[in-house]
Amino acid sequence: MQKTIITVVGKDTVGIIAKVCTYLADNQINILDISQTIVDGFFNMMMITDTEECTKDLAKLRHELHQVGQEIGVNIHIQHEEIFEMMHRI
Amino acid sequence: MDYFAPDRRANPSVKIGEFMITRLEVDETNKMIRQENLDVRTITLGISLLDCISDDLEKLKENIRNKICTKAARLVETGREIEGLYGIPIVNKRISVTPIALVGGAACRTPEDFAEIAIVLDECAKTVGVNFIGGYTALVSKSMTRADELLIRSIPKALASTDRVCSSVNVGSTKTGINMDAVMLMGRVIKEAAWETRTHDSMACAKLVVFCNAPDDNPFMAGAFHGVTEGDSVINVGVSGPGVVKAALEHCRDSNFEVLCETIKKTAFKITRVGQLVAQEASKRMDVPFGIVDLSLAPTPAIGDSVADILKEIGLEHPGAPGTTAALALLNDQVKKGGVMASSYVGGLSGAFIPVSEDQGMIEAVCAGALTLEKLEAMTCVCSVGLDMIAIPGDTSAATISGIIADEMAIGMINQKTTAVRLIPAVGKAVGDSVEFGGLLGYAPIMPVNRFSCERFIGRGGRIPAPVHSFKN
Repeated sequence: MQKTIITVVGKDTVGIIAKVCTYLADNQINILDISQTIVDGFFNMMMITDTEECTKDLAKLRHELHQVGQEIGVNIHIQHEEIFEMMHRI
Repeated sequence: MDYFAPDRRANPSVKIGEFMITRLEVDETNKMIRQENLDVRTITLGISLLDCISDDLEKLKENIRNKICTKAARLVETGREIEGLYGIPIVNKRISVTPIALVGGAACRTPEDFAEIAIVLDECAKTVGVNFIGGYTALVSKSMTRADELLIRSIPKALASTDRVCSSVNVGSTKTGINMDAVMLMGRVIKEAAWETRTHDSMACAKLVVFCNAPDDNPFMAGAFHGVTEGDSVINVGVSGPGVVKAALEHCRDSNFEVLCETIKKTAFKITRVGQLVAQEASKRMDVPFGIVDLSLAPTPAIGDSVADILKEIGLEHPGAPGTTAALALLNDQVKKGGVMASSYVGGLSGAFIPVSEDQGMIEAVCAGALTLEKLEAMTCVCSVGLDMIAIPGDTSAATISGIIADEMAIGMINQKTTAVRLIPAVGKAVGDSVEFGGLLGYAPIMPVNRFSCERFIGRGGRIPAPVHSFKN
């Protein structure tokens, strides 16, 4: 398992989750957990995903997710889970 | 929590439940990175050049070129890969090498010979794409060899004819005392380096540090060198993040010292963990052993990346106000306390840096008249380094510069800590003017220096003996 964290932040609109999840499904990325909320009209989502089965490397995924985000006007970032684990878990 | 136990037994690689990262934690980390300037300040690859030594200068230069360009070939690329993996900026990729006075001793007969090695180092830095290479260094805390002296005398020319080479000279230590001959010489060398680069605001001096108790594994420039106690190569990482500490302290404005200290400690822990992670990953990817994490709060001229702002947040109108030394002391100590738990190997300088030109808040304090050279000297008793990036009038005498160095070295020697001096006697500038270095080095207003003479004191020559508390055997 290679856990990654995907964060999506931007102005709320119809179909953000659909768009992101479609991309993930197309790339064999499994979603382990989703947490999402709207604050003052701003969409804020975090996903924990497993990229083990995905054939693309993180640099490629980052680039493509950024493009997906641009199409729907949100910022999408993908990071390896380790940085959060290190910082918040002893 | 037991509820999740059977799941983990069924598939131990799936860590679901209590270990799952929450959105708040992800948001906190990403806010630090995207809004509060959390970054890894430097990945510094230490390279030993001891096996390059030759008595033929051309052969030596070729050996150095081959070793650095081979060892560091993937450094910059690895840094970029790790940036992408964790989404954290790694601002600088740098190299430190064995003190060149040791490496060049057999081949160099004149200061000009040493300067040629500096040019080779500069070329190597440009080839592999690092922004600084440190180690144009002499360690002369007790006495100077002929090679040490030749290297020191070559520093002005070496720094003036290169862009990325950084130089340092260790002139004292708690164990050996202070080499006052070297202190006297460094006063002149700094003046000369300023003169050589007079058309560029005496820029060479920004790349030259004088140390007492210099650490062997410091990843930060301009004082980085690869100590002789180190292995063939090593990865040292310097983390930063004054903006993160400042932002955390905004939430405890009215708290007492206990809460204040606890907040700094926790924040330092989190910052250092990132450094530890990056260091491990870089070490793995480059197949080079991991050395240390240096958990320094290193400011940059960028807004929100300032140690001075932390001091203000602690409760001072400006750094330099009464209480500044105490505030800095607690800050430095809490940073260390938080950091040592976060990494197994903490080293380098580790603490809070208080450079003037590289910190917008410090510059403002000087301009407001709150911060003087004398107060900065007091602050260096409790900060992690010393008098750093301070521009002084161009007509300051070499003896006065030596006097300032001697004072700072004495603080380091007696307190068993690292102290350093990086002064810029800006040629043709006086109090009221400023110097502009650009980039990470920033700009600095010229600060007044005490005009009374120390000529006779500096002129004595010889060595100040080691203090009584150094005899611990």
